[in-house]
Amino acid sequence: MATPSTDKAETSPTFYLVEESGHHHAASGGSTLLGFWIYLMSDALIFATLFATYGVLSTSYAGGPGPGELFELPLVALNTAFLLFSSITYGMAMIDMEAGNQRATQIWLAITGLLGAAFIGVELYEFTSLIHEGATPQTSAFLSAFFTLVGTHGLHVTFGLIWLVVMLVQVGQRGLNADNRRRLVCLGMFWHLLDVVWIGVFTFVYLLGVLR
Amino acid sequence: MSAHDTPHDDHPHDDGHSHGTRRGYLIGFALSAVLTALPFWLVMSGAIANAQTTAAIVVALAFIQIVVHTIFFLHINTKSEGGWTLMALIFTIVIVAIVISGSLWIMFHLNSNMMMPMNPASAPPAP
Repeated sequence: MATPSTDKAETSPTFYLVEESGHHHAASGGSTLLGFWIYLMSDALIFATLFATYGVLSTSYAGGPGPGELFELPLVALNTAFLLFSSITYGMAMIDMEAGNQRATQIWLAITGLLGAAFIGVELYEFTSLIHEGATPQTSAFLSAFFTLVGTHGLHVTFGLIWLVVMLVQVGQRGLNADNRRRLVCLGMFWHLLDVVWIGVFTFVYLLGVLR
Repeated sequence: MSAHDTPHDDHPHDDGHSHGTRRGYLIGFALSAVLTALPFWLVMSGAIANAQTTAAIVVALAFIQIVVHTIFFLHINTKSEGGWTLMALIFTIVIVAIVISGSLWIMFHLNSNMMMPMNPASAPPAP
């Protein structure tokens, strides 16, 4: 009776160890990336509900100003360009990370961070000028939905920027090790997904708003 | 430039997450730059007089751009993570479509039934 149990105890950890290390080696945090992707999809659902809310309330001006009077498309175009350029610079950081060029990776990440900060700066400028014009979130359901949707996206970009600064410090201290590579791939997916959400924002909120 | 995809000696990426190539990123960037500039130009210049047509084109370009970003930047394909990322994406798209179209549909009919004006311009003048 004792013999089979010790036998089992000896063989099963070995089996699990082999499988775990093999899996880790093959995918380099593969399950982490899939898990992070599923988190991103849940984040996309948050944005879907906010888009739906905005869609329902986008004509409820309550006598306040409408999108045609409020939105400045040149500013939105500038912001869109910042975010689009930050996506390609992050892509370049990924390429250099794969090639093992730590210095180039850091430079591309820093450029990405500056572009992201410029995006947030322009967005804050837009929000403050809207509020100075009296278009506050309290003015109408349209503006409540607008500030919630665009503000949630801006908050995501802000947290992405914090994460990016943390990663710059991590890469600076520990180099491009397996953990930092995995984290950078996750941050990259996060960053690119925010760009995808922004496509929805500039199309459905700004461009269609001005057309209305 | 396409040969820049370096060999991965330490971790093969056959069924793992693909990071793309420099060429892939540049193609994706060029496509999305055009797909961004075009709708902004259409709306800002008013090249098409009919707002409805412009809106339809702008929305179509946005959907194309989302697909471009998904393929070239997020690297979602049938092979990444054994197809599970694509599965999760398709599931999410279905839920997103139900949430957004369902909300708009229901609330539009609710507004009609409540006889609320959809647009303040068509509302009767206040006494």
